Amino acid sequence: MSEKFDVRGLSCPLPVVKVKKKLAELQEGILEVIVDTGTAKDNVSRMANNAGWKVEVKAQEDEYLLIITK
Amino acid sequence: MLKKFFSSRKSIIFTGAFIGIAATILQKLGNPANMGICVACFERDIAGALGFHRAAVVQYIRPEIIGFVLGSLAAALIFKEFKPRAGSAPLIRFLLGFLAMIGSLVFLGCPWRALLRLSGGDGNALFGIAGLVTGISIGIFFIKSGYDLGRNRKTSSLFGWIMPFIMAGLFLLLIFQTKLPTGAVFFSSEGPGSQFAPVLISFAIAIAIGFIAQRTRFCTVAAARDVILIKDNYLFTGVASLVIAAWVSNMILGQFNPGFQGQPVAHTSQIWNFGGMVLAGLAFTLAGGCPGRQLFLSGEGDADAAIFVLGMIFGAGFAHNFATASSGAGPGAWGPAAVITGLIICLIIGYSMSDLVKKN
Repeated sequence: MSEKFDVRGLSCPLPVVKVKKKLAELQEGILEVIVDTGTAKDNVSRMANNAGWKVEVKAQEDEYLLIITK
Repeated sequence: MLKKFFSSRKSIIFTGAFIGIAATILQKLGNPANMGICVACFERDIAGALGFHRAAVVQYIRPEIIGFVLGSLAAALIFKEFKPRAGSAPLIRFLLGFLAMIGSLVFLGCPWRALLRLSGGDGNALFGIAGLVTGISIGIFFIKSGYDLGRNRKTSSLFGWIMPFIMAGLFLLLIFQTKLPTGAVFFSSEGPGSQFAPVLISFAIAIAIGFIAQRTRFCTVAAARDVILIKDNYLFTGVASLVIAAWVSNMILGQFNPGFQGQPVAHTSQIWNFGGMVLAGLAFTLAGGCPGRQLFLSGEGDADAAIFVLGMIFGAGFAHNFATASSGAGPGAWGPAAVITGLIICLIIGYSMSDLVKKN
């Protein structure tokens, strides 16, 4: 089961902080995250990779969909 | 391939080293000592050039600030990251920019200059850096408590272009050195404001820095924040690389003078070196990034970051007109009071915009 998590428009470091908390709750599975800046995309991806999750990035118009799995 | 390089650890080490070396070379070419680059000082000089304050020794339109914004704009356009956005608590961001400048001018430098002062041998910078980390830590407490200024929204391109156009206007004033009967534009004939590297060299180096910093997300405040908050040392390696590269470069260029007394554009009142930077560190953290980062963000279309920058320039005018800025002799008459007041305001903002109050 996957769930979409919207962190668009948030200032640094909130996208990372919120996704990190969500991943810690999930422990494993799939989390789909929508971000709207390159910075948030890079930072969330790096944090998730460091925590042992795999990240797939899909560029969508002005946004990115990050599919985070473990 | 270029995209991959820019998100690697090598790229952030390269960015830090590039900034560190560039700053020491700009100093060699004429910028003030241990101030090859200082975002706060240079915005203060711009405020002076425009007549927002009348401290005659710190008035110059610094092309470095202009280049940071335009370099970031270029990178954002090329890599399709120019995204005009606005609407996240602009008035609070303006106030945070104002307070960040008040704190920086009590210490006499922003986080960038704190690092450069250290790499030039200025021991007083250690107290500023300790203050900075303390301020960032207080900010992290609020972030952990749910601090949030609210979301921005995608908006008209117009918003994203305002800051680059302001910068272009400043560049024209610098090139043509316009003189009105009022005396504006003001250019210092002595003091730090009269010391500058050749305009086009400064501008070109700053464009390059703006470009790579936009790509690598270089931020001196997030460097410490991310280590403490999320145990991520990516940006910290960039900052460490800046200090080491600038230190080595200073040794080679004969600009390394270790000590506490008689350091250039610095004072030895350690409690206020520390206190000024606690205020600045907290204000930067609550606004989401260091003053350089706010310039890079404003280049990629973030109108809230642009408001923060304008708040800093306004703060610089206030700091010199109301004697809160320090000088080599020590803190200004109202500097300590301004730091304490500023800290109280930041604590109220942090508290009010977090779950500490929202949930109760």
